Amino acid sequence: MATKKFMFINRKAPYGTVYALESLEVVLIGAAFEQDVSLAFIGDGVYQIAKGQSTDGIGMKNFSPTYKALGDYEITKLYVEKESLEARGLTLDDLMPLVWEDEDDDYAEKPSIRLVSSAELAEVFDDQDVVLSF
Amino acid sequence: MSILHTVNKSPFERDSLSSCIRLASKGHSILLIEDGALGAMAGTDHSDMVAGVMKDVSVYVLGPDLAARGMSEDRIIDGIQVVDYSGFVELTAKHDTCQSWL
Repeated sequence: MATKKFMFINRKAPYGTVYALESLEVVLIGAAFEQDVSLAFIGDGVYQIAKGQSTDGIGMKNFSPTYKALGDYEITKLYVEKESLEARGLTLDDLMPLVWEDEDDDYAEKPSIRLVSSAELAEVFDDQDVVLSF
Repeated sequence: MSILHTVNKSPFERDSLSSCIRLASKGHSILLIEDGALGAMAGTDHSDMVAGVMKDVSVYVLGPDLAARGMSEDRIIDGIQVVDYSGFVELTAKHDTCQSWL
């Protein structure tokens, strides 16, 4: 089977709706099919990978640690739209430090998050075979 | 009539918060819950709108919803008060009625 480029677009904040969790589940299922998967976090989607999430007080499962496992599934391209972060008063420092291990480079840890402008993200988007929006 | 307005949608995604702010009168209170809690953060595109209503209206945010989303109480708009669930109940009891901006 030919490899296709899949992009998952995440546009919603976590916990208020189930979209963020559903997207993550589909991403992990998709990882088993060894496709070229990338994730985009735009709009409120950037809140999904915010640092320091603690859900004890709302009685819901904190699924944010799962994003740290994406690297182990060879999902290493997490595009974050710069304009979306800025509109929310956030910077890269407010996001979880997500990394992957490069087995071709002595398992060096490399950042998975790629901060991109809307224009840059539009180019990546244009290059996809399949886009799934959450 | 004193009204407690609750807003549970992100101001970036829906216009619930801006509609609420437009129609809230002096002496009312606004409580930001669920994704609406994101509207309490300082330094966002919507912070000025929220700060603007605070001379007439008391604004509260539910602390557990901030924490779930990784948002620090240190970075909310000055003057917004953080409440827990019992604070939510007290606010409900204190007002004549509750308007939920779903």
